[in-house]
Order: sequence, then C-alpha cells, then structure tokens
Amino acid sequence: MNKRKTSLFFFVFSMVFFYLPLLVIVIYSFNEGKSMVWQGFSVKWYKELFLYSDELWRAFRYSIFIAIISSVVSTTLGTLGAIGIHWHKFKYKKYLKVLGYLPLIVPDIIMGVSLLILFVTVKLKLGLISIIIVHTTFNIPFVLFIVLARLSDLDYSIVEAAYDLGATEMETLKKVIIPMLLPAIISGFLIAITLSFDDFVATFFVAGPGITTLPLRIYSMIRLGISPVINALSVLFIGFAVTLTLSTTKLQKYFIK
Amino acid sequence: MRKDKKGINYTLPITLWLTIFFLIPMGIVLIYSFLKKGLYGGVELELSFEAFKIFLNPMFLKIVFKTILMSLGVTIITLIIAVPTAYYIVKSPYKKMYIYLIIIPFWTNFLIRIYSWMAILGHNGFVNMFLKKIGLIDSSIQFLYNTGAVILISVYTSLPFAILPLYSIIDKFDFSLMDAARDLGATNKEAFFKVFLPNIKSGIFTAGIFTFVPMLGSYVIPKLVGGVNSIFMGNVIARQLTETRNWPLAATISSVLILITMIFVLLGSMTKKRGDDYE
Repeated sequence: MNKRKTSLFFFVFSMVFFYLPLLVIVIYSFNEGKSMVWQGFSVKWYKELFLYSDELWRAFRYSIFIAIISSVVSTTLGTLGAIGIHWHKFKYKKYLKVLGYLPLIVPDIIMGVSLLILFVTVKLKLGLISIIIVHTTFNIPFVLFIVLARLSDLDYSIVEAAYDLGATEMETLKKVIIPMLLPAIISGFLIAITLSFDDFVATFFVAGPGITTLPLRIYSMIRLGISPVINALSVLFIGFAVTLTLSTTKLQKYFIK
Repeated sequence: MRKDKKGINYTLPITLWLTIFFLIPMGIVLIYSFLKKGLYGGVELELSFEAFKIFLNPMFLKIVFKTILMSLGVTIITLIIAVPTAYYIVKSPYKKMYIYLIIIPFWTNFLIRIYSWMAILGHNGFVNMFLKKIGLIDSSIQFLYNTGAVILISVYTSLPFAILPLYSIIDKFDFSLMDAARDLGATNKEAFFKVFLPNIKSGIFTAGIFTFVPMLGSYVIPKLVGGVNSIFMGNVIARQLTETRNWPLAATISSVLILITMIFVLLGSMTKKRGDDYE
C-alpha cells in the first residue's frame, strides 16, 4: 500500500508540474494588461496575433512548407528502407541497420553543426533547401523504426501470395504492402511533421539569414522576455496538441511501443 | 527473406541519404578538427593541431565535466519522477486517459514549454507579481538565470519522453512476479529492486537515452534561462561557430561531444545486456 501512495504522489506531482505552467499561460493570454498582473478579461492579444503579426505568420507558412516536404521525403525513404530491411537480403544490410539508428543517438546540435559545415564546404546556399535536408535527416530514423515495428507484426505469406498470383513488384507495393502498412506510415508521417515543426536547434544553424521558421521566430521573441502575443500563440499550440492527441488514438500505440 | 536486386532498390535511397547527409558530415567534422582556422571562419587546407590545445584549458575541461554532470543529474531526476508516474498510470483504471495527459505536453512545442516557465518564474513573471501583490516582497526575486532553473526546465521538457517508453514496458510487466517474490519471503523493497526494476530496464534505458542525449547537446535552455555560469558544451560549440568563427575548434568540441555520447550509450547498452545474461 505504501508503494501505491508513493507512486500516486509522483503521478500527481508530474501532472501539476506539466499543467500548472500551461494553465497559467492559457489564463494570462486573456489578460487585458501586458504583464503578468491580471487587469481584466480581453481577447486583444489574440487580435494582435491574428491581425498584426505578419512576421509570425510568414514564419508559420515557411514551417508548414518545410514540415510537409521533409516529412514526405523522410516517410518515403523510411518506409521503403524498412520494407527492404525486413523482407530482403542485400550486401550492406548490417551497415544500414546501424546507420538508421545512429542519428537517434546524436544530439540535435551536432546534426545542425555537421550539416552546416557540409553545406559551407560544398557551397550550398543556406535557406529552404538546407533546412529541408536537415529535417529529413533527423526524421528518417523515426519513420524507419515505426514502420519496422509494424512490419514485424505482418504476415509475409500475404505478400508472397500476391507475387504467386502474378502481381508485379509495383502492384504488390501499391495494392498489398502499402495498404497493410498504412497506419504505421501515417504515424511516421505525423511524428515527422511534428518533429520538423518543433525543431529549433538544428534549424538555427543551417537557416541562413533569409528564412525564419516559426520556432526561430518564437525564439527571438521570447529572448526578450514575456510577450502577451506569445501567450496567445501558446494557447493555439496547446490546443493543437490536445486535438492531435485526441484524434490520433492509434498513433501513440506505435510510438510508445 | 528474399535475396534479389529488389532489396537494393528499396534501401538504396535511404542508405545514400544517410551516408551523404549524416555519415559524411560527421566525417567532415572530424577532419575539420585537424585543420587550420580560416581568417574569416571556415578552414584552410593545412594540417594543424591548434584546436586540440583546448584540452589543456582547465576552463574547457570544467565545462565538459559540468555538461556530463548536469546531463546525468537531469536524467536521474527525470527517471526518479518518471518510473513511479508510469507505474501509477499502468496500475490505474483510467490509464488511457492519463496517458493522453502525458502525450499533450509531449506534442506541445518545445520553446513554448520553456517559455511557460519563463512566464511563471521570470523577473515580471507570475510568481513574482503574485508575491508582490500580497505584499510579501518589494522587489522581484531572481528565480531564473541560474543552473537550478536550467535543471528544472530540462526535467520539465524531458519528462514526457521518459514516461512514454517506461509506460509501454511497465504495461507489459507481469505483476504476479512481484507477488511470487513476496510469497517467497522478499520484502516489498526487495521485490521492487530485485524483480521489478531489472525487468523494466530496457524501458529505463530508452527513457534514459531520450533524456541524456539531448541534454548533452543542450543549447537553448541554458541560453534562455541559464546564468553567466550555465555554459555547456552546446553553447561553446555555437559560440565558436557563429561568433568567434573558429571552425576547427567548434569541430573538435563537436567530436568530443559525439564521442562522449557514444561512450555513454555504449555503457548504457552494456549494463542492459549484462542484466539480460543474468536472467
């Protein structure tokens, strides 16, 4: 019984710890005043956010664009790679298995620094393309592992049946393999979108002067201290997280596996 | 398992991508640490061990030591909170709902999660304003801009990443083993340390990696809420790269950081394996 109480204590602690700061932000986003002193209810910061924050929204559009492109590329490469690793034999399989795992255990900042050095060495102009490359690279392992986890639950005889019935490789892929893997592919894609949309550190190094993503923009705003517009933006982020969590019950099944 | 050309068709794109954009850049970082510093950033193609002199600098060694110590500290605190929390969630009849409550902060933007603490603890933050209003203090207390704040907020951002893998492992744990141990005369404490913990160690390993590795490369949190003394390896790398523009030095420190990460991950997976043999 003692243990029950101890674990209850930590659970309650975690919940308060998680939600107290978020709750304070949500409440103060409706504050009339600019500071953290309550001066009455108002939605003026939301107005400011939606109507007069052009730079934030430009950054938002860049982030969306980068997230979509990098997630499509990483999901495609990761899914094909997982199929190859799980069902086929090839020379460099061992190499790929290690290579697919390594980016997960390298700190973000190293990813950013090493790619910055590569881009400067080959004289690639920093901007959208360099950011998309970084995001695709750190997303690939996540997609790879989510799809591999799903593959280990699948029955290969179904794929063999498709071949035996005369389906070509392309037909089998399109009509049998991908539909079977779809939940994992969607999970991988969503994780990739989120990681890309969330990334600050790696992006910070390779962004160059021209492009500002949403996290870069938020960073430069919160460096200056408390901003009521960021409070309002935070509520959108939290609302988005809640919606995503509630609408993707299947997703967590793959991620926490 | 099929052995034909198709395996290559499936895996060549990902292999090329990771080789070009992950492995080769790592190699270039390593090479850069042996080159001479360029005048305006970058490098000159000339062998130089200048950057390695940093290992003789006690200030730098102190930063390396501090980075490792803080990462270990944050990982241990995170695990101490995460294990019982995940245990409670697994045992609860409302575990589905509770796990959602963990996933929500997990999906919330990283910078926003840091910012929420700045809004609470900052100079003009919620706590200071509240204390002033009720007349307890006249001028703001400085809660932020010290290593304590860095640790607090690092634990906050890591916690969901630690709870989720622990939850999935504890959920698969057969709790009747604990009863069996107690029937055989083990105390609650013994059952916990000798049966429960060894069985969930793969979850502890994953949770530890998810916390420890990002901490080693910690850059944003010390920059935003750390004080003058909260400088970690990540901050030194960034400064050398973007301000001082000593690229060989940035590359050398990055190589050290990669090396430290690999050593700890290897050590972690070794203790995990040794336990497996024991079973």
